This record gives sequence, structure tokens and C-alpha cells, in this order.
Amino acid sequence: MLTYIVRRLLQSVLVLIAVGFIAFSLFSYVGDPINNMVGVEATDAEREWARKTLGLDDPFPVQFARFAAKAVQGDFGQSYRLSIPVATAIGERLPATLELVFVAAVMALLIGVPLGVYTGLHRDGAISRILLTISLIGISLPTFLIGILLIMVFSVWLGWLPSFGRGATVDLWGWESNLVSWEGFKSIILPAVTLCLFQLTLLMRLVRAEMLEVLRTDYIKFARARGLTNRAVNFGHALKNTLVPVITITGLQIGSLIAFAIITETVFQWPGMGLLFLQAIQFVDIPVMAAYLCLVAFIFVVINLIVDILYYAIDPRLRLDGSGHAH
Amino acid sequence: MNKKTISTILMLAAFAAGAAAEAKTFRYSTSGDILGLDPYTNNEGPNNTMKDNIYEGLIHRSHDLSLHPALATDWKQTDPLTWRFNLRKGVKFHNGNPFTADDILISLDRIRMPSSALTFAVTSIEKIVKIDDHTIDIVTKYPDPTLLLNLPLFWIMDKEWLVANKAMDIQEGAVVSTFANLNANGTGPFKLVEWVPDTRTVLVPNPDWWNKPRHNLTKAIFQPIGNNSTRVAALLSGDIDLMYPVPLQDIRRLERTPDVTVLQGPELRTIFLGFDQHRDELLDMPGSGKNPFKDVRVRKAFYQAINIQAIHRVVMRKASKPAALMVAEGINGFQADMNERFPYDPAAAKKLLAEAGYPDGFSVTFDCPNDRYVNDEAICLSIIPMLKRIGIDAKLNAQTKSLHFEKISRKQGYNTSFYLLGWTPGSYDVHNPLVQLMSLDGEGQGTWNSGRYTNKRIEKLTDLIGGEIDVKKRNAMIREAFKIHQDEVGHIPLHQQALAWGIGKRVKEVKQRPQNDVDLRYVIMK
Repeated sequence: MLTYIVRRLLQSVLVLIAVGFIAFSLFSYVGDPINNMVGVEATDAEREWARKTLGLDDPFPVQFARFAAKAVQGDFGQSYRLSIPVATAIGERLPATLELVFVAAVMALLIGVPLGVYTGLHRDGAISRILLTISLIGISLPTFLIGILLIMVFSVWLGWLPSFGRGATVDLWGWESNLVSWEGFKSIILPAVTLCLFQLTLLMRLVRAEMLEVLRTDYIKFARARGLTNRAVNFGHALKNTLVPVITITGLQIGSLIAFAIITETVFQWPGMGLLFLQAIQFVDIPVMAAYLCLVAFIFVVINLIVDILYYAIDPRLRLDGSGHAH
Repeated sequence: MNKKTISTILMLAAFAAGAAAEAKTFRYSTSGDILGLDPYTNNEGPNNTMKDNIYEGLIHRSHDLSLHPALATDWKQTDPLTWRFNLRKGVKFHNGNPFTADDILISLDRIRMPSSALTFAVTSIEKIVKIDDHTIDIVTKYPDPTLLLNLPLFWIMDKEWLVANKAMDIQEGAVVSTFANLNANGTGPFKLVEWVPDTRTVLVPNPDWWNKPRHNLTKAIFQPIGNNSTRVAALLSGDIDLMYPVPLQDIRRLERTPDVTVLQGPELRTIFLGFDQHRDELLDMPGSGKNPFKDVRVRKAFYQAINIQAIHRVVMRKASKPAALMVAEGINGFQADMNERFPYDPAAAKKLLAEAGYPDGFSVTFDCPNDRYVNDEAICLSIIPMLKRIGIDAKLNAQTKSLHFEKISRKQGYNTSFYLLGWTPGSYDVHNPLVQLMSLDGEGQGTWNSGRYTNKRIEKLTDLIGGEIDVKKRNAMIREAFKIHQDEVGHIPLHQQALAWGIGKRVKEVKQRPQNDVDLRYVIMK
């Protein structure tokens, strides 16, 4: 188990190097950051000076080597746009994104799984059909459209929730949080709903499909024959057996939630990492782009690892396989 | 209850109290955040405006572009090269330090550093001589007719503050975080409370300001919102009091909304087209040995093929002002009677092309930004079929501003044949576009003359206009230069885009400056 984890972590280093390398080779196509920094009135000498100071004259392998050498020491350089170190910038934005993703994931699980179970059990019911139809909308509408629609309804027409930003956050030991006060929580509702909608419908459909599958199996029929209550059959036996794919998907989806957050954060001007990244692209803020891509790659690697470990916890067969008692 | 909980509760209480006294809090928004607070870096419109709320120069440029005394009370020219300025007494910086002539001397040293982005505002200054604590002489290298026009950009910093915080060195924010870029200490009407990048910049009025405030704000919060639709929604929902730019397609809708008004006005930026007039062979015609744009008839054919009224009506939804000069009304040296375009005449254009030896036209790549100016890509898209009518096959290359500006700049050797660009004269004087766009032969000249247009007489006039203080003579030279440039079709001016601000019901009065930014001095809330 331990060697397995260590091996996976070592692999992740390779992934990070690869991501960094690919990212840097793309940066030569995103444009010239100098103009964004010095303004249009700057003379050519001033431009040259800035370009040289930032090392933008060097060929990309040199730039990459310099980035990598500093990155392993934890120094991701200075943001071209924000005038502060990249590590500070990302550190300030990380709480916003993590809270948003956390709330979205919890919403998706708490609503998606029960709905999936319900539509699986009552697959021909009218409510199930309505839910499934609505879920199609959730899967097919683009995030930015849903976000704008929600803003129109809940901010502009009803005036219940703020239209953008994090609003009143509370400083918890250096972590700016939206989750401890109602005022702050109001700001996170719309972006979290927008972000979770796709995952929610995905989970619901996944759980439903798995339930339909499991309910047909012999051991469920046997359980019913034994006279167990519906509750024990449906939740104790059926749902539990659908969980392995659900956990895989949920885990992997947390990664995509962080990635999808780019669009949600842009629509809601949510000051998280996604917004930071998108603005970095527009400004050609190379250090921020490089650090963000490496960080997201790292998050994906870690999530995959956690999911693999969770398998062991949930599926006893995997544990048994390891000790040679398989049957 | 531990300390942290108590402080959290106190903070919540403070929020509640803040909400009660919020009557005169002004919240406004635009698409992007400021880049830093150091007055001498980040020379960019929104950034300069934010600095102007906090810092002051000797002279203040008002919302109608007129000049008013600020840190100087009055001034007079004592000889062609020398200007005597009397400084305002009793002015204090936000940290309490008194303002004196020494602050101006150190500010001059600082703004002239190689890493400064605002050196251009003081290029003509030879030296500043301190007569006493409240009198200085500015000595210029040559008679400079634009000295006063440039002084509003020369913000004055506090000597003690710079020294105490080791903030003399200007560093590009991209290289290292500097104290002066993250903090601010001016003499201006507003003090900085905090700047949280991409989230908010909070300002409060300076109670010790020397002037009687015209605004009635107790607090101002600037919150950038990048997404156009969200920014409109935030205004509609009352989360903000003012926002700009209003997307053209939303203007009508906002005008119909009760409680919201749209304030429109002309901007100082001129959008124009340029041609490569330097290469002997056009980039798009390899092997031909020809560059059609060297022929004035071809350039004029392009000009007359463009239906500017159609662009004005359809693409810009009437939010533009067609232009025939490279500068807008309001810029010093603008010639109203010369602002008349060649008529739109595709038949004449076709004839001109045939005379020039291109009866069947030719093809050319059209470089265009797609996220810099109002509907920039749509303008280019509408020009392509207009050129098609006279046989020109223009291929659109629309890309993000960082790529566009890199392609047409010196960095890539002016890698363009035909391009769109916009320009606002930083000094509010015609000499600036003459130097930057319409001439080549001199130190720092022609940085954005991407087609390398040049004319001997204009080169000469540019130098003369830069040093002529006699307004009448200077005007005659400006007219001559404009006339040559128009006759030769050095560029094709298109229009000035209109500004559109969305204003909520809590705002009583706000002055729209043609630079498209909000000067908090002129905001009055209900």
C-alpha cells in the first residue's frame, strides 16, 4: 500500500514536469505581455528594457529551465499583472475556489444521489420522467448561460441574492470564508448552483443507471425473498453496491469542478483561481498560467490517488485480492 | 468565547453598522482592474484615473479637459524656456507630511528613471529649480507648447515617504513587488483604504484636502467585473451604482429600464486603418516585387470603398462619430473644418485601382484585434465585403490584443500589410499622434507607425510643432501636416467610438470624461 502511494506520487512529479513543459511551449503563442505592462506611450528602449529584465528574450527551453529550477524551490515568480508573487496570488484565491467547489460538490451529492435512487426505484413514475427531462437541460445548457439566467432571476428580478463577487467574507485565521455567515453564504449560492448543476444531473443519471442494474441482480431478488424491508433492500444492499462507480465519478468530477470553475468564476466575478487564470490568459501573465496549470495537474493527480485508496475502503474484494483469499 | 470569535462578531457588527451609514457609498465597475498604484508605472487609462483620485499634479485636468490649478496656485512664463510656478501652501500628504518644493524635485528624479512608464510627460523638462519651499522654476530644453498639457500626468509623491519606505526605485510590478505599487500616499481628494486585486479598491475622502469637495461621497468602492452581462445585471440589481462600458446591444434595453440611465458621449480615441508603405514587396504578394500600398491611388481607393455611414449605423448602432482626422475633437490642435471625409464612392475607387494597375484587385491580409475596441472585429468584418466590391480580397486575421499588438509592432518587424488600430493622444495634443503614428525619423518616433508612413515635410513639421509656442504659427503648421496626410491617405481614419455609461438611481450627477473613466471628484449621490 505504502509503496503504491509513493510510486503514484513519483509518477505525479513526471506529470507535473510534462504539464509544465507543454504549457511553456504554448506560451510563445499567447502574445507579447510587454505592451500590457508598459502602456502604449513607452519607447522602444523602455520595451526592450522590460523584455530583458523579465527574460522574455530567451528561447523557451531556457525560460522553462529557469521556471522549473525556481518552481522546485517553491518560487513561482512574480505575476505580470498583479505585481505580487504568484504564490501569494494563488494562495489568496485558493480559498474562494475550494469553498465554491466544496459547496457545489456537497449540493451535487446531497441532491443528485437521492434523486438518482428515486428515479431508479420509480422508473416509470411521472415525477421521475419530469426529473429526467429537467436533468437533460442541466447537462446540455452551457454553464455561462445558466449563470446569467440565475443572475437575471434571483438578483435582477427577485433581488434576493447578490449578482457577483464574494460579498461579505469573514476572516478565519487568514482564510477568507463565505461559509460562516449568512451574508457571505448568500454570495456563494448562485455560483455553487451554477457549478453543481452539471455534476448533479450526471450523478443522478449515474446512480439511476446503477440502481436499475443492481436491482435486477440475484442477490437483490434473494433479499426480497428473505422478506427484508424495502428500505433495507434499497439502501442497505442496492445503493451500497452502486457506490464504487459513484465515488470514482465524484472524485474525478471534483477535478473537473475546479477546472469548470473557470467559467463560473468568470460569470460571477468570483475571485478564485479560475478567474485568475482566465485574466492571466488575457494579459499574457505567463508565470500565473504556468503555476495554475501545474497546480491543477497536481490536484488531479492527488484526487486520482485518493479515489484509488477509497476503493480499498469500500470494496472488500480488493482487500481480499491483495491477501490471496479471492473466491 | 475565544478572542477570534469575539473579533469575528465585532467584524460582523461593523458590517451591520457600515450598512446603516452607507447612504453615500458609491460603487462602480468596469471590465478590468487597476494594475498597480505606483504613479509612474502602468500608464493606462483606468489606472491613471485611479492614481488621479489619490495623487495630484501641479495642474489638474478637469472633466471637460480644461486645466485648473492643483498643487500650483498660479504660473507664468518668464522666458521661452522658463516657467515660474507658485506652489499651494498648507497642503498635506495623506500621511500628514507637508507638501513642499523638495517633493517635486524628488518626484522629477523618480519619474525620469529608465523603468518609469511616464517619462514622456516630462521629456521637455531640462531641470526644476527650487526658488524657495513654495516656488519653483521649470526650465525646458526647448520652447515647449505642451508643457502644461503634460503636467497633470506628473503626480507628486512625498519625499519622506519615498525615503522611509525605500520606495525610490521604480520596478515594473512584473519583476518584484514594490511598496509604492501596493500602497499610496498622495495629496489628492481620496485616500486609499485597500486594494484587493480583481475584487475591490476602497477609497474614502481625504478630510484634509485643500479644496472644498464637490462630491458628497463618504466612500467609493471600485469593483471590476469582467463579464459584460454580469456587469449589466449588477447595475440592474442595484449592486453597483455605475458601470461602463455598456455593451452596444444593451444600450436600448437599459434606456427602457426605469431607474437606470445611459450616459453617452464621444471618446478621444480615433480608430483608423493603416497600410504597409515601406516594404518594396507586399507580404501577401511574394515574388511579385510589388507593394500596391506605395501608390496613393490604391490607398485612396480603399478609403473611398469604405461606407463609413453603414459602419456607423449597423456595426456601431450609431454609437460612433465618423472621423477624417487622426485626432478627435477636444484634443489640442484639432481642426474642425478639416474633419471631412472623402466621399464613399465604390465606382471611383474601382477606377483608381485600375489606374494604379490593379483592375482585378489583389489580396491582402487584414490584421485586426478582437477584444480591444468597441466591436473591433465586427468593424473589420464589415469592411471586407466593402473591399470585395472593388475587387480587393481581404483576408481577416482577427486575434486577441496581445497577439495583434505584437504582430504589428516593432517586436515582429511590423509584420503587417493592412491593420486596424486605435489611438488616444496621451498628452491631449496633436503632437503626440504626429510623433507616434505619422512620422518615423527621430529618437522614439513612430513606435506605432506600423505601416511606416513617412513624408519629408511632415517629419519636419512634427519637429517644428513640438517646439513652437506661438499658437497661430503652430496651428498653421498643424493644418499643413494634416492636409498632406489627408491628401496622401497616410492612414484611413474611421471614427471615434462613443462612450456609454450605465448609471443607477442612487447617483445624482456624474461627469463623463472623454477618456472613459470616472473621476470621483465629480460624483454626487442622492
